Amino acid sequence: MVIKMWLNGKLIEDVIDADTLLLDFVRKHGCYSVKRGCETANCGLCTVLLDEKPVLSCSVLAARAAERRVETLEGVREEAEEFGGFLADQGAEQCGFCSPGFIINVLAMSKELEAPSEDEIKAYLSGNLCRCTGYMGQLRAIKSYLDQKKAVVS
Amino acid sequence: MIRVKNYVRAASLEEAYQLNQKRTNVVLGGMLWLKMGKRSVQTVIDLSGLGLDQIEEDEEKFIIGAMCSLRELEVNHSLNSCYDGVIKESLQHIVGVQFRNCATIGGSIFGRFGFSDILTCLLTLDTYVELYQGGLVSLHDFIKLPRDNDILVRIIIRKDRRSAVYQSFRRTRTDFPILASAASFTEDKLYLSFGARPMKAEVLEINRSDLADINTEEDFKNFARDTAKKFKYGSNMRGSAEYREHLAAVSICRALKALEEVSYGN
Repeated sequence: MVIKMWLNGKLIEDVIDADTLLLDFVRKHGCYSVKRGCETANCGLCTVLLDEKPVLSCSVLAARAAERRVETLEGVREEAEEFGGFLADQGAEQCGFCSPGFIINVLAMSKELEAPSEDEIKAYLSGNLCRCTGYMGQLRAIKSYLDQKKAVVS
Repeated sequence: MIRVKNYVRAASLEEAYQLNQKRTNVVLGGMLWLKMGKRSVQTVIDLSGLGLDQIEEDEEKFIIGAMCSLRELEVNHSLNSCYDGVIKESLQHIVGVQFRNCATIGGSIFGRFGFSDILTCLLTLDTYVELYQGGLVSLHDFIKLPRDNDILVRIIIRKDRRSAVYQSFRRTRTDFPILASAASFTEDKLYLSFGARPMKAEVLEINRSDLADINTEEDFKNFARDTAKKFKYGSNMRGSAEYREHLAAVSICRALKALEEVSYGN
């Protein structure tokens, strides 16, 4: 079947199988930040934005995402770099494998939640696993990122 | 992983129903559980073009489309200002936000999964399912029905003044529960439901007048122990049957105490 999809702002058209997963579809179209980390819909590494909501692309059929808007890390480069700077400042990353899905979800959170508490941040990001760290550096980075955004707004 | 030959976005419930009469076809929920199987499917039937992703409300009830994501239920203000917020509590520990943006309420309820938090929770509220052919069926009856080829269209939760508590026990956060526990008080009834035993949730109805003799901590514990025994438990890698029964009794004690605070004397 042929589908059309807005991928990172660009309308693309392609032939897919009925069981092509969104994850494999976006990788085929060059979005290599999106990775398969677990195969059990648990790790959050394959997170993309589907109509602005973070979803697990390993569990969404490409066919279901037809005619909709999909964004990956490649499409939010500026914001991702900005937040990446905060991660680096805290020395939060180790191997960096989980970062793409994590960053996409942090960006989704910063749009969805207003001034989230530490518990709310943890709850929002509990579906993004990191096997190197204890998440402390990431949490510091998120807090300073959100503080800075708030300062810019006010 | 599941293999699929055809994908159909149904244009009507009738089309979805007709397609679903074939044994090798299947209705798609969020596909999170379905994907994990090795099943070969002829046609997956997608209901996402039918406008079933809305939560509506009138004076008597909430009407929730089968394709609403668990996340939509979790963040719906109106829904969670009722029933002491148990719907949110039963959902927010499931994997992560991205997962709950995918998982649908229709898939969760129609599947009658043994691990389901939300099925456990909704059994203690006045909940109905609307089936395309079967019409309105109470959730208490629905869980006893075998899985058939009908289509779950909506979930309906009637509004009332019951107070409710939801608890789940997990070895680690975001994992499947070892035990899911829900309780609610109406004017004259206590409803207790346990899921993840690790079998599908069941509900027990108790007359509140039977609780009149509970006055002390010891009474509480005895009642909780005896009541927990009325459910069956099994063992798996997350916990033994004995442990689950123990947790059930503990959660009954906690629920009764919490409910007493919320509703006694009102």
